[in-house]
Amino acid sequence: MSLLEVENLRVTFSTETGPVEAVRGVSFQLGRERLGIVGESGSGKTMTGRAVLRLIRPPGKIQTDRMIFDGQDLSKASERDMRALRGRRIAMVMQDPKYSLNPVMRVGDQLTEGLRQRDRLGAAEARKKALAALEAVQIRDPERVMDAYPHELSGGMGQRVMIAMMLIPEPDLLIADEPTSALDVTVQAEVLSILDGLVRERGMGLIFISHDLRLVARFCDRVLVMYKGRVVEELVARDLMAAQHPYTRGLLNCLPRIGGSRAPLPGLDRTGTWAND
Amino acid sequence: MTTTQNTPARSLAFLRQIAGGLTTLAITLLGLLLVTFFIGRVVPIDPVLSIVGERATAAQYEAARVALGLDQPLWKQFGIYVLDAVQGDLGTSIRTGAPIIGEIARYFPATLELATLGTIIGVIVGVPAGVLAATRPGSLADQVVRLVGLMGYSMPVFWLGLIGLLVFYGHLDWVGGPGRLDPVYEMMLEFSMTQYTGAILIDTALNGAWEVFANALSHIVLPAGILGYVSMAYISRMTRSFMMNELGQEYITTARVKGMPEWRVIWVHAMKNVMVPLITVIALSYAYLLEGSVLTETIFAWPGLGSYITDALFTADMPAVLGGTIVVGVVFVTLNMASDILYRLVDPRART
Amino acid sequence: MTRMTQWLTDPNPTSRHQARIGQVWLAWIRLRRNPLAITGLTIILILFAMAAFAPLFATQDPTTQDLTQRLLPPGTRGHWLGTDDFGRDIWSRIVHGARITLYIVALVALTAPALGLLIGTVAGYFGGLVDTTLMRITDIFLAFPRLILALALVAVLGPGIFNAVLAIALTAWPPYARVARAETLTVRSSDYIAAVRLQGAGSARIIWGHVMPMCLPSVIIRVTLDMAGVILIAAGLGFLGLGAQPPLPEWGLMISSGRKFLFEQWWVATMPGLAIFIVSLGFNLLGDGLRDVLDPRSAAR
Repeated sequence: MSLLEVENLRVTFSTETGPVEAVRGVSFQLGRERLGIVGESGSGKTMTGRAVLRLIRPPGKIQTDRMIFDGQDLSKASERDMRALRGRRIAMVMQDPKYSLNPVMRVGDQLTEGLRQRDRLGAAEARKKALAALEAVQIRDPERVMDAYPHELSGGMGQRVMIAMMLIPEPDLLIADEPTSALDVTVQAEVLSILDGLVRERGMGLIFISHDLRLVARFCDRVLVMYKGRVVEELVARDLMAAQHPYTRGLLNCLPRIGGSRAPLPGLDRTGTWAND
Repeated sequence: MTTTQNTPARSLAFLRQIAGGLTTLAITLLGLLLVTFFIGRVVPIDPVLSIVGERATAAQYEAARVALGLDQPLWKQFGIYVLDAVQGDLGTSIRTGAPIIGEIARYFPATLELATLGTIIGVIVGVPAGVLAATRPGSLADQVVRLVGLMGYSMPVFWLGLIGLLVFYGHLDWVGGPGRLDPVYEMMLEFSMTQYTGAILIDTALNGAWEVFANALSHIVLPAGILGYVSMAYISRMTRSFMMNELGQEYITTARVKGMPEWRVIWVHAMKNVMVPLITVIALSYAYLLEGSVLTETIFAWPGLGSYITDALFTADMPAVLGGTIVVGVVFVTLNMASDILYRLVDPRART
Repeated sequence: MTRMTQWLTDPNPTSRHQARIGQVWLAWIRLRRNPLAITGLTIILILFAMAAFAPLFATQDPTTQDLTQRLLPPGTRGHWLGTDDFGRDIWSRIVHGARITLYIVALVALTAPALGLLIGTVAGYFGGLVDTTLMRITDIFLAFPRLILALALVAVLGPGIFNAVLAIALTAWPPYARVARAETLTVRSSDYIAAVRLQGAGSARIIWGHVMPMCLPSVIIRVTLDMAGVILIAAGLGFLGLGAQPPLPEWGLMISSGRKFLFEQWWVATMPGLAIFIVSLGFNLLGDGLRDVLDPRSAAR
């Protein structure tokens, strides 16, 4: 049974110069598996992720034929039901902890907020759970991190805090939107392996949004390739290198390879009919 | 692994910032005194003549000149001026012959009471109005808040005071007229009450004199309401713009992802961040009200610093005018400093 | 017309001139869509017209006294806004008062920003000790309450319109210096300034020819936004008897002369106050709209 089923999703922004379509009819299904969404910037991958949580702010609008999460139609759910889902069952990790953590709240308060507000837990118990969550993302001195402000943490630490915060309610679906692209290369692998471990261990569904094809291929079971708001190709991750679509091939071809030719990397060829509609 | 800095180092850095702030404060105040000193020297009124009178002999004139220290070189005169000012000696009033600082001390509480109440009104109305406008940009509520704010920016406060008196006192008789109290109550206040603060609302409340309190309230509500409107105009605009900015930030999405209800997203997550710049705005508007009280006080015969300065102005009592200017300047600078410190207390990023 | 618009909105302008005019055109289109800003612009245009053709708008001579016509209420034949205590027509006085208001606004708008621009660009361009000193002076003036400093200055200089303008200008320049300095800091290290310097241009020439023009847009927005404040301070000084002197029909002064009859003849003080309110609202509306259009950072979508 699928966890999430999206059919014909559209995200439109009305602007001064008329409506702009960021997502144009995206459909996909997701079980308790890891789905990658790749594409260049502006391809609509981030908007797709946020539309699932119904977190597109005006002037943006979401339209869809069906968006079923675990038997519940998200496109028809009340804002109240959405809040309950967001808190407990669907979570999201964003790109840069520098911006996604509240700069004037202590890390501890942000971690325990959900437990205290939503689950009505006492201060001591919430703190215990938060500490456990920090340990789960391999933070060695959780007590100190709890009392710190976000700007006192490094990027890698911040992102672990973010992951811990989102996994505390043990969601069924995690959307990870470029979770490592703001981090130093050396930390990226570490954070990814933590994320990978937790997702496997708890058996949740994952939507992994990235512009990095190889990362996605290694990390996910299935991959959607997006271009200009549409899904142009859907693949099983291990077949990625055998992709057929010219856009996917183009993306693959502009990656450097050790031992490959030293000629300049080719740019994307956007002359095909697929590029213009 | 980067984590928190240890606390002693952090508070030391904080102290150092305060020390730096105090140095800036001292330099600014020195500059303030330099300006008033300069204004006092170029004034076309001869201070010696105004003391000894027209018919004084040359010897008497000279003696008075020496007594005032006017025979000293200019930089020395300035030194004396600064030293006096630091010790709280702002000179003597030509009009009354009394020390200016003592007179100001008597007038100042009335201004402070008025401006404080005005700011409180401005914050209580302005912050929610700004938040309302920011959460519904482009809506009718937003337009109304914007227009009402711009109108507040555009009204001459003395005119608004006159219209207020005309309507609410003259026609409707809802409020007390000019002055801080009806004359009857003024006597009661003068003779039968302990004056703790000089702020009538507080003093009468402490004395349990609720009748006088009610009368004082009926007198202050109009001028404070008018100042409050001016301050609300500024605060609501700034709140709106800060709130719009914060609501676009990524941490707001995080809070929503966590399933937090909208009121908590706005009033806790965003507001904590809005508070940081808003503190400066509120301090600024408070300082602005102290200044705006100059014109308001003349309308409402409010015996505050503004009335003191304008009265001195019309009797060519320059030392009193400049003394009042210095006091308002010092309050301005102190408020700036205070908001700077508060800012650092609210914003953890500014502390390290 | 269409070719004109095409030229204006050409995404690939052929000259710097065309690009700049095109920018102005775009700004105007965006401004046109903001009804409040257009209202403000209309008010200001009417003010200009009234000042320029005051005798045409006025129904009477603004200074002719007629004691038989004292304190007539609004709506009286020939005096639709009523008359004051000397029997002068209030409407005609307000119309002629527009000239005084514009005179004050224009003088302040020319002097204060110029002074601020000079100090700000010099401080920003040279940096170091020059910057510290100039900005310290700016801070000191900013620390002064504007109205009270203006009061003290007028007290020294003596009352009168020109002295009031001088006092206002002397208290109004610091914000412009701040704005200009901030802009200067951003352009100072840019490549084209370096290129000009390599061509051997002196500091004065760089500041005058290349830095100041870059600071102008933000200073101009600031001026529009500040003009309402200038009108209010000038009116305040007039109200206290420190600005324009009788029998000039300055609006603040007119309010103060109507104060004596506030409760009986309310219109004498109310009408000129309305004029001040409408005009400064006009400047505020336009300034607000201009900021939305020209400064995307503070744009209120």
